[in-house]
Amino acid sequence: MSSKLKYDVIVVGAGPAGLSAAIVLAKAGVRVIVIERGRLPGSKNVMGGVFYSDCMKDVLDDFPGNAPVERHVIDQRIWILDQGSSVGFNHKNESFNKKPYNCHTIFRAQFDRWLAGEAEKAGALIINSTVVKEALVENGKVIGVKTDRPQGDVFANCVIAADGVNSLFAKSLGLRKKIKPDSVAIAVKEVIGLDEKVINDRFNVKNDEGVTIEMTGSYFNGEAMAFLYTNKKSVSLGVGMVLKDVINNKVNPNDLIEHLKKHPSVAPLIEGGETKEFLAHLIPEGGYKAMPKLVGNGVMLAGDAAMMVDAIHREGSNLAITSGKLAAETYLEVSQQGGDFSEKSLSLYVKKLRDSFVLKDLKKYKGVPDLLQTNKHLLLQYPKLLNQAAFEMLNVDGVSKKDKEKLIWKTVKKEIGIGNLVKDLFKLWRNMV
Amino acid sequence: MHALVFIKQVPDASQVRVNYETGTLIREGVPAILNPFEAHAVEEAVKLREKHGGKVTVLTMGPPQATEALKECLSRGADKAYLLSDRVFAGSDTLATSYALFEGAKKIIEMEGEVDLFFAGKQAIDGDTAQTGPGIATRFDIPLVTYLIKLDDVNFEKKRAVATRLTEFGQETLQVPLPAFFTVEESLNELSHSPLPWLIKAAQSKIERLSSENVNLDREQCGLRHSPTKVKKAFTPEKRQRGETLTGSVEEMVQKTSDILIPFLKKDL
Repeated sequence: MSSKLKYDVIVVGAGPAGLSAAIVLAKAGVRVIVIERGRLPGSKNVMGGVFYSDCMKDVLDDFPGNAPVERHVIDQRIWILDQGSSVGFNHKNESFNKKPYNCHTIFRAQFDRWLAGEAEKAGALIINSTVVKEALVENGKVIGVKTDRPQGDVFANCVIAADGVNSLFAKSLGLRKKIKPDSVAIAVKEVIGLDEKVINDRFNVKNDEGVTIEMTGSYFNGEAMAFLYTNKKSVSLGVGMVLKDVINNKVNPNDLIEHLKKHPSVAPLIEGGETKEFLAHLIPEGGYKAMPKLVGNGVMLAGDAAMMVDAIHREGSNLAITSGKLAAETYLEVSQQGGDFSEKSLSLYVKKLRDSFVLKDLKKYKGVPDLLQTNKHLLLQYPKLLNQAAFEMLNVDGVSKKDKEKLIWKTVKKEIGIGNLVKDLFKLWRNMV
Repeated sequence: MHALVFIKQVPDASQVRVNYETGTLIREGVPAILNPFEAHAVEEAVKLREKHGGKVTVLTMGPPQATEALKECLSRGADKAYLLSDRVFAGSDTLATSYALFEGAKKIIEMEGEVDLFFAGKQAIDGDTAQTGPGIATRFDIPLVTYLIKLDDVNFEKKRAVATRLTEFGQETLQVPLPAFFTVEESLNELSHSPLPWLIKAAQSKIERLSSENVNLDREQCGLRHSPTKVKKAFTPEKRQRGETLTGSVEEMVQKTSDILIPFLKKDL
């Protein structure tokens, strides 16, 4: 028999959550092994593409340093799309042009690989192409993991499960139930290659400055969110839809992307571009209410495995990194106090999450996923009306502005009704503010 | 036993697309992988080591990024990996590459001891030339078995092995004196799932570097200037048209199919 593979901590999954946990632990001299199922870190990982930097400050010094980032975002736009029209809002700020940059666009295949390199430099051991199938449990406590390889059992004091939205590990321990189709979104993304100068001209930016556009509205039947992000020499165009709607309405998200490409506000921005890559991924958008149990005896969940995505603010990787870091810090504190890594001592992790923006933000918007699922008209009727109203007010056709206002109000009353309008505003106020 | 496996890092051909307008390959974003035939070469060498003891060494010539492919070989059970990397090799064709690898292999023999079996893939999936392996064997002046599909009765005392190779007409089984050079087919073996301790060892091992500083090289045989291969013309195969899809009820589809096929078949009669 070969000797037992034993480490201090096993991290399952080399994504932002797992790798930041590994970096913090390895820097503190903890023996940590990261087990990744992809051929390389990042090869299985997808996100829209906006990475917020602040979360890195306690993980790596002087981020971004030599990290593979695309553009730093200085102009953020929101568009409400209807057939053939859009109403938009944007915020551009010179402060976003000052270092440290608020956020960058990135490609995860490159970014995660780089982050894994940093973890290795810090002293973590990273093992690829290996699937963690389940937890090894003894007397009700997780003592290690079982992988799909011969002689593949690995033992540790504690396991940090950061194995993504489909976390086999959390499932194997019963920490979470089967994901419901209404608590995950399926997102598809296309990377469209364009000349750097063309991007700068079309989006009104220079050098490494970037733009993000978030889109929703009646153009997608009120059931999808879309985005367009600028990279150095490409743009990322994507559409996300709650899985339940995809199933019920038999919609193919790929068709939605094609539909989006034809919108008169989007088409000129991507004209002449060459599709370089297609990607698709599940996003755990169910929010606070869909979250699994975060700790067990000898185990903590982080990142997507813990359903930490703030869909309202398109944040996920920063929640993942912060949760990974907090899990690592929890391990360090518990081991310093001579703790036993039981569920009770590891509940410190939950406390840390509650004190951080992670759980505060997720809790704040806990009602939103349900609200949008049960009030489809919010993203259907209002965008339509908004576009109609904008058109009425801006189209000069001899009708007085007073009459136009009356017409708009008449349409609102007819389409929605004043009572419903008040109700909707109240619902939104309660869930968002 | 000492086996030396020559490997190459190649772009994943299954992900390379053709730009039909310019006739060029779209290599951007295409991951680099271990040449699939060479994964089987390493597998065979490791199987022999597990049975007879000894060691497996791998060698590649390439840029520093090729360490990734070498690491994969270590994960698959190889004991030691060497990267032969130097600017003087830039632009090498198969003749210059086989020379460089021959000199690199001589250096490895000097450091690691005599080699009983040399392995390489039957060809690399990017160039498909199948010349580099035979080029090295010729320089060593040892028996060469190409398109290996089976290796039996490896006898280190009698210094011989029984090898079966694929030919254009069938199979050929040969008795080969060792040391010998084998270029291998994928059907030689099934790739096994390496034990986890091998992956851990691979992640912790260092890749040994060889260059013109520690390998004895004749610069008159290296790189682009001494590569006689010239690409005269490159062209793109015509894009295949998509077939016609027949729809309707089963009867309708059968009718449509026979309407198309019967005249076609009659024409040939």
